[in-house]
Amino acid sequence: MMKKRFRLSEFLAEKIITATAFISFAFIVLIFVFVFRETLPIFSAPEPAVSNEEMGEQETYGDVQMSDAEKASEVKQQNKIELDEGASLKNLSSDRWQPVSSKPKYGLVPLIIGSLKVSLIAILFAAPVGILAALFTAAFAPRWAKEALKPVIEILAGFPSVVIGFFALVVMATFIQDAFGLEYRLNAFVGGIALAFAVIPIIFTISEDAIAAVPKNLTEASLALGATKWQTALKVVLPAATPGIFASVILGIGRAFGETMIVLMATGNAALVSADLFEPVRTMSATIGAEMAEVVFGETHYNVLFLIGSILFLFTFTLNAIAEIFIRQRLMKKFKGN
Amino acid sequence: MTGKKYSFDMTKRKIYGAIAYAIPAFFAFLIVAVVVSVMTNIVMGGWSSLTLDFLLGAPEEGMTKGGIFPAIIGTFLLVVIMSIAGVPIGTLTAIYLSEYASQKSIIARLIRFAVNTLAGVPAIVFGLFGLGFFIQFVGSGVDRALYSDGELHWGQPNILWASLTMALLTLPVVIVAVEEAIKTVPRELREASLALGATKWQTIRKVVIPNSITGMLTGGILAVSRGAGEVAPILFTGAAYFLPHLPKGLSDQFMELGYHIYIMATQSPDVEATRGIQYATTLVLLILTFALNFSAVFLRYKLRKRIIT
Repeated sequence: MMKKRFRLSEFLAEKIITATAFISFAFIVLIFVFVFRETLPIFSAPEPAVSNEEMGEQETYGDVQMSDAEKASEVKQQNKIELDEGASLKNLSSDRWQPVSSKPKYGLVPLIIGSLKVSLIAILFAAPVGILAALFTAAFAPRWAKEALKPVIEILAGFPSVVIGFFALVVMATFIQDAFGLEYRLNAFVGGIALAFAVIPIIFTISEDAIAAVPKNLTEASLALGATKWQTALKVVLPAATPGIFASVILGIGRAFGETMIVLMATGNAALVSADLFEPVRTMSATIGAEMAEVVFGETHYNVLFLIGSILFLFTFTLNAIAEIFIRQRLMKKFKGN
Repeated sequence: MTGKKYSFDMTKRKIYGAIAYAIPAFFAFLIVAVVVSVMTNIVMGGWSSLTLDFLLGAPEEGMTKGGIFPAIIGTFLLVVIMSIAGVPIGTLTAIYLSEYASQKSIIARLIRFAVNTLAGVPAIVFGLFGLGFFIQFVGSGVDRALYSDGELHWGQPNILWASLTMALLTLPVVIVAVEEAIKTVPRELREASLALGATKWQTIRKVVIPNSITGMLTGGILAVSRGAGEVAPILFTGAAYFLPHLPKGLSDQFMELGYHIYIMATQSPDVEATRGIQYATTLVLLILTFALNFSAVFLRYKLRKRIIT
């Protein structure tokens, strides 16, 4: 009898712990379901013919397919009474974001361009800085510099994004405007630089890991053959660490794309379609952050904001998956094998 | 002649070497400079406004004067409720992953995949999920089931839904930290316990958990630090612009430090006049997250030292 009770507690402990572990998985499924669920009225109400997958494709492939989609939706539109457009495909692919007006425009193009623009600026700054600083730390730096640099990076990673956003809004925006003589104080450039602050720790940490994981015998062989430290770093260490560094950049892009508070505070939030880096932009994440609190539940605007969230989710999900593959299949395995 | 060529090569190599050393060093230094300048700016800007009255007072005169006491309490409540919900789940998940799951089983890989995915979901998407699931689905469901007056009780933003959303966001932080701590428990300890006739669960309860309690604490602290700093998930799941009173229950809205900074810096009627308050609030948030991160680093350091001895 003693023994039986014993086994029961054992059994229960294992089952309860396993069940709890499943909560993470359950919530990933729930996030998928509930974020996509709120976008469904867009596809069912105005145009029943448009399926979910079709829509997703249009968003990811962007401009290339947009013209076809427009034609298709125009054909469909002709058969309909054009009173309120709702969130038709034509409306979603237009270049105007005016959700609060008598004839709301839900064009996602300026928002997608905005997100891409700001992320691109952020990554163009963060990638060189992060990777080279990581190379310095892992390959060149004396011990004291290493030990000083790592806590600094951790501090930077620990900055709440709202603090970076605040600094960008109050200090950096004025500084950059004065330095370049810009028309707008808040613009894509300021937002991108501020975003780089948040991305650098990710790129640094993962790149540093990758560089430090390059087998010692490779570098020693190179040094023994007479190569200098920098030749070894450039021609042996960096190539061997490339997959990890590449993964770090991809994760950085994902972070930049999804970050909300920094861009909400520092980019000016005007939904413009332009290639000018010094004009205000409105990103996808900032649009959700700024507008979700004011929309009425169940309205088209509400559903479109969830659609933007779904796109963000899918995009970062894909990037993380790609990065994961690169981290796992490190090129280093090749070197180790021989 | 050959000697000359050789020496020329050496200088060239030395110059290239110096450049190749200087450029990465410069970028490493640049990061330090950025961190120092941000911190200096915020400390300088906020120090003079940071008084005891500011910390313990309520906002006054349309938030142009007064303190941030409600925001501090709101942040505190948020992270406490978040930890109560998130830390046990995260700890048990970490125990499962490191003690029960065989690394190649499909279940373990599914859960690991889920944790990695959770860590990569943008904060704003968590906010959307909190709104769609906790508020519109669970909250409204509870309202329909328990109340018949047709009014909103739980089907609206409040501190409970905001905390649960935040718990979800910080779950991977807890799991990773606890798993790391459990890994530091030597295998010999487990084997000794099992050899003495203890069962698996007894070993976990009496050997593994007591020996990794520091790691669990670290995980909790890191999660709290992350939760206190994130604003995007609570933008529309419970944070309020201004409240005359502190939250009385789980179904009340609340003020929060990060959200307060955002509001004061962007939506306040007179942004320039409240600059001092904005800086001081930012400084408080920064000090809070630093103190938390520092204690986590300290605990981890102690943990590593223990392994060596």
